[in-house]
Amino acid sequence: MMLDAPLAPEAEANERSQATPRASLAIMDGDMHPAPRSLADLKPYMSACWWEVLATYGSRRRHGMLGYEPYPKSAPRAARRDAWPEDGGPPGSNLDLIRKQYLDHYGIEAAMMGPLGVSGQGELNPDLRSALASAINDWQREHFTRPEPRLRSGIVVPDDDAEASVREIERCAPDPAYAHVFMLTRSLEPAGNRRYWPIYGAAARHGLPVALHVFGASGHPHSGGGWPSYYVEEGAAHCTSCQSVVTSLVIEGVFERFPALKVVLVEGGFAWLAPLAWRLDKLYARLRSEVPHLKRRPSDYIREHVWVTTQPMEEPRERRQLADMMEWIGWDRLIFSSDYPHWDFDDPFRAFPTAVPRDRARQILTANAKAVYRLG
Amino acid sequence: MSGDWTGAIDCDFHPRAPSPRVLSRYMDEHWRSAVETRGIDVWQSISYPANSPLTMRPDWREASANADPVKAAQATLDRFGFAHAICNCLFPVQAFRDENLAAAFARAVNDWLAAQWLAKDSRLRASVVLPMQSPARAVEEIERRADDPRFVQVLVLVFGEQPLGKSAYWPVYAAAERYGFSLGIHAGSSYHHAVTGSGWPSYYLEDYAAQASGFHTQLGSLVCEGVFAKFPKLKVVLIESGVTWLPPYLWRLTKFWRGVRSEVPWVDRPPEEIVRDHVRLTTQPYDAPPAGSAGAANIGRLMDQLQSDEMLLFATDFPHWQFDGEEMLPAGLAADLRRKVLIDNPLATYPRLRRPT
Repeated sequence: MMLDAPLAPEAEANERSQATPRASLAIMDGDMHPAPRSLADLKPYMSACWWEVLATYGSRRRHGMLGYEPYPKSAPRAARRDAWPEDGGPPGSNLDLIRKQYLDHYGIEAAMMGPLGVSGQGELNPDLRSALASAINDWQREHFTRPEPRLRSGIVVPDDDAEASVREIERCAPDPAYAHVFMLTRSLEPAGNRRYWPIYGAAARHGLPVALHVFGASGHPHSGGGWPSYYVEEGAAHCTSCQSVVTSLVIEGVFERFPALKVVLVEGGFAWLAPLAWRLDKLYARLRSEVPHLKRRPSDYIREHVWVTTQPMEEPRERRQLADMMEWIGWDRLIFSSDYPHWDFDDPFRAFPTAVPRDRARQILTANAKAVYRLG
Repeated sequence: MSGDWTGAIDCDFHPRAPSPRVLSRYMDEHWRSAVETRGIDVWQSISYPANSPLTMRPDWREASANADPVKAAQATLDRFGFAHAICNCLFPVQAFRDENLAAAFARAVNDWLAAQWLAKDSRLRASVVLPMQSPARAVEEIERRADDPRFVQVLVLVFGEQPLGKSAYWPVYAAAERYGFSLGIHAGSSYHHAVTGSGWPSYYLEDYAAQASGFHTQLGSLVCEGVFAKFPKLKVVLIESGVTWLPPYLWRLTKFWRGVRSEVPWVDRPPEEIVRDHVRLTTQPYDAPPAGSAGAANIGRLMDQLQSDEMLLFATDFPHWQFDGEEMLPAGLAADLRRKVLIDNPLATYPRLRRPT
């Protein structure tokens, strides 16, 4: 689709001074998904008791299905067809293929990992939830970040339980393998609810941004309008969950309480953020008596505390309109993301339309993430 | 104030629903007695708390404190020279769990609108409030109003039972299409689900902000379930949605559809095209950057995102507080677009407006 992409290899030709020019871009990717070869990969990191419970009863979440979700994806594991490794494991599980097809191929300097699926998040059993989150965090570090430091681990927190989440952050944060705290947008209650505040406090204390990635098993439809029928609807609606998260964090006063907190909304696209900020500012002007804990306009909090990743990048017919949105959001607030190895992967060299100035695209591909993630 | 409003059609004007006791005068003996014996005496929705600044603009609150509401409405129509105002009565129907009770209240509200508003000024028009708890009862209500040309639209709230594209609702759309009603979807909730995908927010401000997410849901559902393929003459009006959320959502929905359209093979052209043909939006509120030096330029760029000059319908949202002063439209609209928004687009959207009353 994006044949006019400004960073496509052809367009780079004039600037080539060495054999591997792509590496010189040093791309930072805000969204990459690792996967265990099978759940047995997690076994070494779990107590016998919780492994046995998992093996016997499975992962029980608020969508009622074992091993799958009620909206069948568009492809097996929602993955790129070419991302399946020859060893029979799922996409995102084979380090050699990840290096060849992704890290080396695109010149990725750092990729923020976000494990999905059976990771503890949304798990109904509270102890299994915490055990799984700890296991997935150890597994990420040992299987990916240790052998391949370009892959940065995310601290998966069992977010329904703030106390356990804080324990997990405290346990993992001393290790520089972890670049961010990883949560899902469809939490049990709105993200700004006070039950979650200890998590934000711990993240801010350790200088870790909190990534809120789309999906989650809250038991609620994505809006008060009810459950849609199709994957295409559910997928398109992830941007509404992102809007709920930003609204809740801002209006419930999280950024007023934790002035050092940085939040990244992941895999919901980004163009929704500008209209949301305008909407919230207007409502704040009318209704501020209800929220006396807020001291500034909602857009001020958003501008200071919120970042958005770019994938799946919206595609207006008039490409200039995408640049307008980026400008309204703020060029420094956008972080490139690929979503590797999923089907709707954004290629860093082709995802940006020409209407986005080349230096801005480079900023989004490389510089912005450095101000957000803990990459030491 | 930028000039002339003569002939404009206000597509979102709110009479405040009376108390259940008053409504019960329009009910049969069974329901009149139920209202009394069961003590159904207060009925307000948290979507629009009566004293909230958003529910009534302060200067209008002052002016209307002791005034006859119909006379106040007439004064507004006179002052600006509006040709019509479409009365959208939002409550009290949708929150009931009992579909029969909901149907009784819907019928009473519509009868009350006809008697207390439509009969008193020939410029007034109204939407038929539907009891969507039961599509069959909603169809009955549509048929009951079909011969009264003063009713031009059927009205539902953006947060209801199920997404509106579901086939269970298709008989409602068949009836609406047959009689030339457009389908109005207004902000507000039945509260049969939590407001957000993560449950109930703490503050009213968040609740109101979240209404926009419901418009995403309903548009996605109407398009993806194939409602517009099944009912090609149906027009949908998104009322009080905020407007500027729409283009980013359409870019996103259209991109997803390109990727996974095999799931919904009956959606045989890009969602953004379907929406441009079938969906209209009222202009209040219009979520935009503050007016200022760049204000008009920004509005122009945002209007361009709609890729159509036929989608916006003028609305005051009276008495809700969506704008200050008398500038009822976003700043900087070109004169020809302004005329379309005020007059031509509403006339094209509501065929029943052209019928003699």
